[in-house]
Amino acid sequence: MLSVELFVQGIVQGSIYALIALGLTLVYGLLRILHVAHAALFTLGAYIGVLVTNQTGSLPLALAAAALFAGFVGMAIYKLAYEPLLSRPPYIALIASIALFIASEEIYRITFGPYGLSFVDPPLQGQIQLFSGFYLKHGEVLVIGLSVTLLGLLAWLSSSTRTGIAWRATVTDPEIAQACGVNIQSVRYLNFFIGSALAAIAGVLVALLNNLVEPTMGSVPSYKALAIIVLGGLGSIRGTLLAAMALGVIEAFGTIYIGRMLDRDAIAFAFLIAVLMVRPRGLLGAR
Amino acid sequence: MAYEITLLTTMAISVLFALSLNFISGFCGQISLGHAAFLGTGAYTSALLTKASVPFLLTLPLAAMTAALLGVLVGLTSLRVRHDFLAITTMGVAFLFVGIVRQQDFLGGEIGVSGIPPTGLGRVGFLILAISLAAAFAAFSLYVRRSWMGFVFKSIADNEDVARLLGIDVPRYKLAAFVVGTAVAGVAGALYAHHFRFLAPDSFGFIESVSVLAMVIVGGIGSVWGVAFAAAILSVLPLMFQFVNDFKLLLYSALLFAMMRFSPDGVAGLVRRFLVTGPRNRG
Repeated sequence: MLSVELFVQGIVQGSIYALIALGLTLVYGLLRILHVAHAALFTLGAYIGVLVTNQTGSLPLALAAAALFAGFVGMAIYKLAYEPLLSRPPYIALIASIALFIASEEIYRITFGPYGLSFVDPPLQGQIQLFSGFYLKHGEVLVIGLSVTLLGLLAWLSSSTRTGIAWRATVTDPEIAQACGVNIQSVRYLNFFIGSALAAIAGVLVALLNNLVEPTMGSVPSYKALAIIVLGGLGSIRGTLLAAMALGVIEAFGTIYIGRMLDRDAIAFAFLIAVLMVRPRGLLGAR
Repeated sequence: MAYEITLLTTMAISVLFALSLNFISGFCGQISLGHAAFLGTGAYTSALLTKASVPFLLTLPLAAMTAALLGVLVGLTSLRVRHDFLAITTMGVAFLFVGIVRQQDFLGGEIGVSGIPPTGLGRVGFLILAISLAAAFAAFSLYVRRSWMGFVFKSIADNEDVARLLGIDVPRYKLAAFVVGTAVAGVAGALYAHHFRFLAPDSFGFIESVSVLAMVIVGGIGSVWGVAFAAAILSVLPLMFQFVNDFKLLLYSALLFAMMRFSPDGVAGLVRRFLVTGPRNRG
């Protein structure tokens, strides 16, 4: 019974990882940038989620507000930070991104205080019983349900709409796509908008599960999401989803069974290194 | 005077540490996001040995050896994974190092190692030792860069496949860069341990690895003078920003961002542009 519980916990955690890492892998696929500041939008989403919920009492409104606002901030980050650095070696953008991420944590701390915020009236606190003795919080059901819905929507969008096809064409070969009349610039903006919106939604969900938003809550996702997209094979969307779920489940089991030898992060990275030694381009890496 | 000596020692250790990463990332082009693990290996080795009453100077080569041993292991992974995959693998090494050290009682676990004995060199003597080691490695770096080995490193950094095509034994040179770079990081770690005389696992984590990479890139990756300058300044910058108190990390990150955004080739590039084209007709 313990193993079923651990597995479900792993899937919940994995869904959150997937929502965060997907935006990161989209950015990498298009620009070859390791976008650490992506986690800043996760935290931003969480803050907006709590503030809007406390003001209006509506969680759906909070989710929408967080996604929209973070989406626009993500587009601004691309325009102001990354676009001028595209012709430079990738580590320049990486350091710029890390600087941006540190600055964001400081801005959250200075604006909202170091101790974090909570929901005044936390929504979705009930539990449902799956079978005897095994409960799942409503929040956790929402995490899994929302992730599946959003990722399904995205899959449909990218395979069945003109915009989605233009986007995939750009990822495959930007120059040919441009020659075929795709506006690369708007594809990039769309990319940052969607990726950042997903991260913000993940932020609201984590805020909901922990009933706490802190300035530093993005630090674990900032490096863990990098590990996930590398594990999946940089730029591969299926690989990212697979890696997110695998890591969620392995961490859940690992902290119980080998937690005395390695902490949670070390388990994740030990798994990462082991996989990369066997498959140097990640689980589903191209070429 | 005591405060200035402490400050200068901190700078010298950072310069040595940053130059050791510059050897791997700047010369040989292997970006590492986990270099603090080698600083930590050296620091723990040296601290545990001097606590067991081994003379401090004797622990320096031993710290270099243990760090280089770990360096060979990570260097071997660099033969398997490349570019961004390598950057994230080395980042994983930093997390593994911290994760393992935290759980080992003989390494002090979460609490860390305290009561590290003094070196017996005195404050000034220790400062002179740190400065001479940093200067010696800077000179060595300058020498290597102009040597045949330096050219091989540069060709690997520029394009590994072409280098291989030219008949260069790429794995061997990559490993050499890792061994030298990590051994020197180990020496810097031994100095670090006896400078602060207290070690905690978190001092050698991801943040420390990122800040040393920031020093290398802000200085101008591959440039010995630029990196030494940037390391000296950046290591004490948070202290100099004490006057803005609550905003010092914000100011630091804003500066770092501005540097990347407006002068991506670092201090070295800034100086070069200034000297070559002059301030007026730049751009």
